[in-house]
Formats: sequence, structure tokens, C-alpha cells
Amino acid sequence: MKASVGGYARARDLAHAFDLLAAANGMGRVIAGGQSLVAALNLGLTAGDLLVDITGITDLRGVRVEGDHLLIGALTRHVDIGSDPLVAEHAPLLARAVPLIAHDAIRNRGTIGGSLAHADPAAEFPACILALGATLIVEGPAGRREVPAADFFVDVFETALDEGDILTGIAVPCIAADERHGIEEATRRAGDYAIVGLAGVRRAAGHRIVAFGAGPRPMLCGAAMAALDAGDLDAACAAIGGELDPPSDTQGSAAYRRHLAGVLLGRLAAQLGDPS
Amino acid sequence: MTDAFRNRIDLTFTVNGEQVEATVPAGRHLIDVLRLDLGLTGSHAGCEHGVCGACTVLVDGAPVRGCLTLAAQVQAAEVWTVEGLTDTGAVADLQAAFVARNALQCGYCTPGMLVAAKALVERETVPSRAEIREHMSGNYCRCTGYEAIVDAIETAARARAGEATE
Amino acid sequence: MTIRFDDPNRPNSYIGRTVPRPNAGKLVAGQGRYVDDITLPRMVHVAFVRSPHAHARIVSIDVGDAQAAKGVVRIVDGTEMATICTPWEGKLAHLQGMKTPPQHALAVDRVRYLGEPVVAVVARTRAEAEDAADLVVVDYDPLPAVTDLMTALDADTPIIHEGYEDNLCFRRTNEAGDVDGTFAGAHKVVEGWFKSGRHTGVTLEPRAIVADWKAGEAELTAHVSNQAPHMLQVLLAKHLDLPESRVRVVCGDVGGSFGVKVHVYPDEVATAALSKMLGRPVKFTADRLESFLSDIHARDHEATGRIALDADGRILGFDVDDWAAIGPYSIYPRTSAVEGLQVTNLIGGPYAFDHYRVRSSTVFQNKGICAQYRAVGHPVAVAITEGLVDKAAHEMGIDPVEFRRRNVIRDDAYPVSTVAGLKLEGLSHEKSLDALVEAMDYDALRAEQAELRAKGIHRGIGIASFIELTNPSPFMYGIGGARISAQDGCTVRMDPDGSVVALTGVTEQGQGTEAIMAQIVAEAVGIRPHMVRVVTGDTRVTPFGGGTWASRGAGIGGEAALRAGRALRDQILEVAASMLQGKAAALDIRDGVIVDAETGEDRLPIEEVGRIVYFRGDTLPPDLPRELMQTRHYITSNYPYAFTNGVQASLVEVDPDTGFVKLLKHWCVEDCGRIINPQLVDEQIRGGIVQGIGGALFEEVCYDAEGQMLNGSMADYLVPMSGEMPDMVIRHIETPTEEGALGAKGAGEAGTAGAPAAIMNAINDAIRPLGGEVTAMPFTPERILRALGRIRD
Repeated sequence: MKASVGGYARARDLAHAFDLLAAANGMGRVIAGGQSLVAALNLGLTAGDLLVDITGITDLRGVRVEGDHLLIGALTRHVDIGSDPLVAEHAPLLARAVPLIAHDAIRNRGTIGGSLAHADPAAEFPACILALGATLIVEGPAGRREVPAADFFVDVFETALDEGDILTGIAVPCIAADERHGIEEATRRAGDYAIVGLAGVRRAAGHRIVAFGAGPRPMLCGAAMAALDAGDLDAACAAIGGELDPPSDTQGSAAYRRHLAGVLLGRLAAQLGDPS
Repeated sequence: MTDAFRNRIDLTFTVNGEQVEATVPAGRHLIDVLRLDLGLTGSHAGCEHGVCGACTVLVDGAPVRGCLTLAAQVQAAEVWTVEGLTDTGAVADLQAAFVARNALQCGYCTPGMLVAAKALVERETVPSRAEIREHMSGNYCRCTGYEAIVDAIETAARARAGEATE
Repeated sequence: MTIRFDDPNRPNSYIGRTVPRPNAGKLVAGQGRYVDDITLPRMVHVAFVRSPHAHARIVSIDVGDAQAAKGVVRIVDGTEMATICTPWEGKLAHLQGMKTPPQHALAVDRVRYLGEPVVAVVARTRAEAEDAADLVVVDYDPLPAVTDLMTALDADTPIIHEGYEDNLCFRRTNEAGDVDGTFAGAHKVVEGWFKSGRHTGVTLEPRAIVADWKAGEAELTAHVSNQAPHMLQVLLAKHLDLPESRVRVVCGDVGGSFGVKVHVYPDEVATAALSKMLGRPVKFTADRLESFLSDIHARDHEATGRIALDADGRILGFDVDDWAAIGPYSIYPRTSAVEGLQVTNLIGGPYAFDHYRVRSSTVFQNKGICAQYRAVGHPVAVAITEGLVDKAAHEMGIDPVEFRRRNVIRDDAYPVSTVAGLKLEGLSHEKSLDALVEAMDYDALRAEQAELRAKGIHRGIGIASFIELTNPSPFMYGIGGARISAQDGCTVRMDPDGSVVALTGVTEQGQGTEAIMAQIVAEAVGIRPHMVRVVTGDTRVTPFGGGTWASRGAGIGGEAALRAGRALRDQILEVAASMLQGKAAALDIRDGVIVDAETGEDRLPIEEVGRIVYFRGDTLPPDLPRELMQTRHYITSNYPYAFTNGVQASLVEVDPDTGFVKLLKHWCVEDCGRIINPQLVDEQIRGGIVQGIGGALFEEVCYDAEGQMLNGSMADYLVPMSGEMPDMVIRHIETPTEEGALGAKGAGEAGTAGAPAAIMNAINDAIRPLGGEVTAMPFTPERILRALGRIRD
């Protein structure tokens, strides 16, 4: 189908973007890399949107270290996350996730902010951000606020972003010396959305295991984490299925996804250096 | 609606090295602008939801999905399509390898395949067959079964690296 | 004079060689011209309002808002469309008892499948047509949908078509020998249940038509992405009430077809009718979402079967009950009964046995229409046959290769008439099995499999022998009254400089028609292939023919080209003999030069014949024939079909924790008779195998019980992509058909016919020791884990 949009405007800067969104009377829609939004437009899933293109706001692009955090601009493209030496050093989970996201041509345009704001429950970045315990920097007409990842993802395609808000960046705690990252997913074909996937971080303070494709949003798997913290991998693998709320669709039933999560957790634990 | 939002967008960008000015509907994707407004029918729309890769073109040097790129977003960008890449000879080796190996049948996927493959053969190392398969996994071909495409890309990559082909 | 194909040193020896495809260069340069690339002056675009229901009564249609929308040119509903376009029925007279109701270009009163076109909206651009189509308000009264195959004929299932007693489209039983007695007395009977997922073609180029009615010439030109231009010419003429000579169908570059584009589609006929109504060109290009809804589907089968064996592991008989679901209509003009019919013909195809019963039931559903798709019925029949054979071998404790060796029809037994009623001219199952075992190093693979098994790695090797039906005679459609041509023709014309134009009724979809026709004509005439320009796909100029389907291009179109080329050669030599005052029989044409046949000495450049004939004909004897243009048509007559055969093998690794299957390697040994271009044949086989793998592992059109499609996008309907596909080893045996001089049989469908069964057998070989078996395609990871009992609901 052909996209049916209400209009398009290029934002010069954030203030201009807020003005445009305000003027759009609820029909405003931020477009960045467009890799999810343009597909949705072409599929007719949304129509009449007034598109506010923020890709010209170059301040929102790039990666830097600030204190013990890695600050990632929302407009940083997947391809740049995958090749950035700071990301590789301080948040290797994100770098490892990149090759799993769709394909080269998508990664060349898609942005991390777009992926997080789109909040597809089967996407890799939202799960990684939650596993890392990152903070999302949200700016809006009322000012700037920081939203913990745990509060950001609300439901399928639904986030804590309010009308008129723009996600401008992500603050990721830099990896500690003894910290391990890992990601495992099951896809029928390279680059597909995962049937189910797990992003994991192992810190001195304990494990953070997040499942994707397994519920309405990335799911923090508390029971599995506790079992891993207790050194009981078998118990963790047995527990994880029960704490998910996976969909049943043509790629697999909820029961299959639950089973798969347990299998993937065993493989993730190996990545994280957990004793099997 | 505020004046700032427009239904039709004035664009200036370069396509295949030539400057282009066009006024396009706000929702029109790059591939339709290339095909409908500029008559560059070498790139194809296969699915218009970003899966098949038939619309893959270069924007600022990188392969992108033409169907997932709003034309309005390529203002001032540099776009290359199979037509321009053919004229400059930039993918002549890949094209020759595709023909020699019969790595195309109906040819509908081929322009997108060539653009995707270009990025791979330009890397400094020679990719393994598994890497070629993985890299090309976003480009659908119903005809060949892919093996000939992998062979052709492997041949071109080895030649670029100065390695003798088997 | 016959050509000594077995002598590689013969002059002009282009048949049998890999030569590049003449049209590949333009395609890699992006210079193909597919239908959607065509823009004509005053052209407008149509979008269709399609039914959102699987089954409903149309209460009312309100086009008021749509009519007022920007850019709208014309809106037409089914009632108006029916005034200029007659409905059709996909029936064949020889299929007794078959029924299907009239189908209209746009639905009238009732819709019977999701996506059925209801209203056509024509506007300046496709985007405007789509926007306006959204404003058309159709009031539907939903009716119960029939969506389950095995209960379609139950008494309490609603009947889709008023006036029918049931939902049965067609039923046929093919029985010979003493089936009941044989099974009752057999040493062993092995049973199985098999399911094939409904899948669809997903040609990368969607269906498309630009219809251009010119009132001044009273002629319709239709640029269509299609495989059978003359068929479409005849049918458009019939349903739009035009003389056939005033309908020109042009099929330029076609972006894949595989049978998807050999049928009559309501939206395409409606587009042609709209052009006639409007007097201007109208374009319809299906977008991908409507492709899933409106392209033909295929292979929606479920079957139970059994095989009877003697104590030595010899097959005594097959007994199969196969059910096929189609849509609410049988496809036009080929019918949707043929897939089931193929199953009744092909079960047990490679084997020698005496007792046979296959019943096929084809039933209506409120789903998309199922029809002929690459290797029609073969993957289903081969999966049932080879699934039973493998299970039998396992239960008898016989190696699956050895079991096949014991049971295939011997290579020296031909010609053979099988118990299923097939006339087989000459096949090579034994040689093919030998070549397969050697190519894959079967014993070493088995040893490796056992070693890895001990380490907890579960690999499987699957074998599937098969036969494939090619080069069809009128037995398939013609005798049933369908205007589908089984013959084909070729016209060759020498231009003054000695180059040749060859016009063929066979079309090009990428399989290499232009290349093989150039090779055949070059060899036949005695010139180099690059001196032959092949023209396909234009009913105004090409000889009337069937087009491309059922792997007939090389065998039938190629034979016509060979004969036309030889006729041109003879004519050139007759003129040359006159010019040289010698005998034509003493001359030959080699590399474009007329030579002394005995010594090879140059006598005359071929262009000198062209110069004299075309510009100085006055110097030739007045009664000398001088037609440097010759046409020949060819039809097979000794056999209803030229069967080919082959055997495939698949090596897989199954992860019993996730259910994922990794394809490690695939082999195919295939016998398509004379090979014209080895590379093109190999790539047909490879492409076909991967299409078969799609059906085996990935592809299934899923509907819910209400007839809503659950996975109608490329993100949800999984086609094979490069990452998961194996490398494939292809080998050949050549048993030429003796029907024509060329000896070629078809090669387009063998890969697809055998691959799914080979994959199924490989998976089961891997998981049988773990206590599982899968027989319902596609073999998704979940189905495999469920077979292993590893999922708790």
C-alpha cells in the first residue's frame, strides 16, 4: 500500500520539534530513521500522521562517556552502535545485539532512539536497555526528565513518552570489571524478529535477565535471576517460562516460547560465565 | 495544521551524481520517487514493508531500503541506483560475476542484490560463504536458491582482494 | 540430417554447452522492463476494494464519498462490471462430476473469500486510488465460513454455493489390481498420515497488468506479467467479446512466475475491462499484501496412506486417500482439480508394484483459490510416497537406499505402463541412485552420523526418489475443452547480414528460454548464438503457443525451434546451391559460413545469400523458393507426458532442545533427457529445491476458523532466505526422449518435487531415535518439539 500521511516537517532543533508537535494537535509523530514507522505507514497501520523529522538535529547523534555512564544520542544509528569503540568497551551488550537486528540496510538507517520509542516487544534494544538498567532521557515542552528503563516500556508499542515528548538519549552504566554481558535469541531466519530472546547482564550485585518476544514488553525475569544468583541454573531454566507472558502466533505458541526461553537461558548462562 | 507541515515536499538531492529537484507527496518513499518521478525503474518495489530487499539503493554510501526511506528524508543526500552504478562501473565485477555464474534468473531482485553485495565486497577481508549468506539474508530471491549468488559474490570478493579464484 | 549430439566436436555444437544468457546483461544493469516499469500517456491506476470477510452477502455499496475524493476517475462495482465482462468457470469436460460456479471479475451479491475484489476504483495515481477505495462503504451481512478441510463435506457444514448439495468440487479414484486382498494378505502394512501446508508463490515481482484499449483501432493491448500470453489473449477476447486478433498480450520481462502467473485473475480481467470502459490505459500492480490474499495458493492437502510389503521388503501396493482444499472457485481455465489428480497419478511413481488405489477429494473452502503452482501435486505425492517408503524401510530394518534399489522400476524395463496408468518412455532410477550414493559418499555420511549421534549431535539423512511430469500433450487440458495449447511454435528469419531473429511461443521468466532458443537455433542453422535474437511474449508476432508451464519450454518449444532452424538452414543451402551451381546436400553452414560439407572448405559467407535473396532476387531462378523465414510447430504425440526422474538427498541437523533444523547439504541427481545448457539446468534444479525447502520448513498460509489470514505479509509468511539455505550438489543422468530430435524433457520442477520429501525423511532420520516423527509440513521447530514430546502446554 501507499503511505497516507497528513504532512511532513523538518525540525531545525528540539525547540522547533516541540513547537511542531504542539501544533499537530495530537496527530504529530516523530520520525527518525523510519525503519518501523515507514513500514507501518506502508502497511496502512497508521494514516494521517503529521510527521516531525528530527534527523536533522545532529546534537542527538553520537556516543560519549560521562562519568560512569555511556551517553548515547537517540539518533545514533544501529550501524554506529555496532562499530563504536566506546560502546564496545563500555556496553558490549549493545554492540553484540546489533548484528541480530534485521539486516545491514535496516541497520544503516534505524536509530536506537527510534527502536526504543517504538517499543516493539520482540526487539533487541529495549531488552538490552532494560537488562543494563539504563536510563532514558526524555525531553518535552515541560523540560527534561530521566526515566528508568524499568518504567519506560509500558505495553505493546507503548512507552512512558507523553504527547509531545521526544526521547533524546540513553544513559547506560559503564560495564564494571567483573561484569558479563550476553544475548541469545531464536529466529527462524537470520535477521527476523526473535521468536523469543534473552538479554543478560551478570554483575556483582546479581543477574539481570530480560526476555523479549515473550510478553507485551521486555520482561525482567525475577525468578530466573534469583535462581541464577543462587547458582542454580537448572532452577532458573525451569522457572523462566513461568514468569513470561508470551503471545501465540504463527511463529509459535506461548508454550513453545516458554520452553524456548528455558533453553536459551542455559545458553545465555554460558555466555555470562555461570557454572552449568 | 500549521504551515510548517507540508503535503508536498520540495527536494534537492543528487541521484547517480546528478543534481535532482523534485516536488513529491509527503508520504512517498524513495523508491517510488526514483521510479515514478525520475524514471529510474532499475530498482524495484517488492514488498514495501522492508523485508524483500528488492528496493535496496545507496544513500550517502550505505545500502538502505528504498521503501522504508521517506523521500522527504533524502534532502541533500547522495543516492546511487543500479543505473548509476552501472554507468560508473562501480559494480562491473559483481555484474560480470552474476552473469557468468547465472546468479540471476528473473532479475527482479538483482539490482538490490548488487547494492547489498557492493557493501560486502568493499570490506577489506574476503568474507566466508557463511558471512556472504548472512550478509545477503535481507534480500529475497525466489528463483536461484541463492547458491549461485553466493558463488558470484565470493568470486568478486576474492578478485578484489587479489586472490585467485578456484 | 540428424545432429550427433553425443559428439562434442561436431560443428556448431552449442546444444549441450553452458553459454551465457543473452538477456542477463540487461537485467544486471537494471534495464529490464517489467510491467510496473511501463508508463503510458493518459494512464490511470486501479485499486480494488476487497472483501474483509471470508463469506458474506453484499447488502449495499456506497461510493459517494469515494467518488468525490481527489484524483478519482471512475468507480465500478460487480453489477456494472458484469455488463461488459462475462463470468467464467474453471471446468474440464473430461473430469466427470466436477463442479464450480461462475466467477465474476468483481463479486456480485456475495463474497466468498477474504480479499475477493468487490469494487474497482480508478484514479490518477495508485495512492489516490487506494485513498478513495478506503472511502467506499460496503455493507456486508457475514455468513458462516467453511475453513476446515476434513469436515468440508460433513452434513452439518454450511454449503458455500447455493444450489449445490455439498462442498465437493471433484473426486476421483484411481484403482487397479486387488488392493483389499493384497493388503489383507501382506507380510507387512505400514501406515502414515501426511499434511502439506497451504502455501503461495511469492513471486518477487507482484502480479501486474497495464491494459490499453484503443477505441480507434478497436484493439486491446495488455502488458501482463504472465507465462501464457496466447492463452490470455484468447480468454480476454472471449470474456470482453473481442476478436482474438484484436487482443494483443505482451509479456516482457517477468519477475518470477512459478505457476502463479498462468491463471486468469479477476482483478487483471477487471483492469482490462476498465481500460475498455475508459478508453485509456489502466495499470494494476498488486501490492504485497493483496498478493498474499489474491495470488493463487497451493498444496493444501491432508492424506492417509498405507503401503503393503512382502517378506523381502518388496512393495506390493499403495492405498492412499488424499484430500485437497481449494477456494470457493476452481481456477480458470486450468481447474483446481489437477493438483489432486496429479496425486492420484504420481503416488508410488518410481516403483514397481501391482496394486494401487488413490482417491483424491477436492473440496471448496472460503479461502484463497488453490491452483497449479510449481511442480503441481508432485511435492504432495512424493512426500506421501517417500514418507511411506522410508517408514517401510525403517520398519523392515532395511537401509533406505537399499530399499529403493530393491523396488524402483529397473532401468532396462522401459517402456513401461504402470499400474497407476502412466506410460513411461525411459527412466533411470537405478543409475540415479548409484550416482547419488557416489556423489554424497553415502556410507561415510552414515558412519559420521553414528559417530556424532554418540556425542549427542542428531543428524539425519533423507532420500527421496521421484518422477516428474513434463512436456504435456493435450491430454492434460486440451481434451477437457480448455483453450490451453499443448503445441508450440517457432519462427526463424534470416536478416540480410546473416543474423537470425527467432520468435517463439514459449516465454521467458528467467529460466533461460532466450538462451536455450538461441543455442538451438544457432546449432540448427549453423551460426553463432550471439547472431540469434530471440523474441518472446508478444502475441502479435510470436507463433501461437502454450507459453511456459509444466516444464514444456525446452522439450516442446525447443523442438519447434530446432525444426524451424533446420528448415531455415535447408532453405539457405538451397539458395546457396543455386548460387554455387552445386547440390545443397553437399553444403553445410558452419559458424555462419557456407562450406563444403565434406572438406569444410569455405564456399560462401551466409550474408552473401542474404544480399542476393533480399536485394538481387532477380539473379536467382524465378521458381527458386526464397523464404529465409520458416515456421515450425511441434506437439508430442506418442506419450501423454514425458516423465523425468531423479533422486534427492538431504543432510540435516536437528536441535532437540529448540526443534530447529539446520540444513547442512543437499544433493540431487536428475534425468531430464538431453541437456541443452548445463548451467541453466543446474540452476533450475537449485532454485526448485529451495522452493521445495520453503514448503518443507517455512511456508504456510494460515487462516483462522473465520477465514481471516493470520500471516499475510513477508514479515509473517516466511520464505527461504540465503542465510539458512544449503549448498547443493547437482548431478545428471541423460535419457533423452525419442519423441523429438532434440530429446529434451523438462527440468523446471524436479527440484521442488523431491525436496520436501527428502527434508522430511532427513528430519525423521534424525529424530526417530529420540522417539519422534513429523509428517505435517511445514516442519516448524514447534512441530518437531511436539513430536518429541518436549513441550508442556
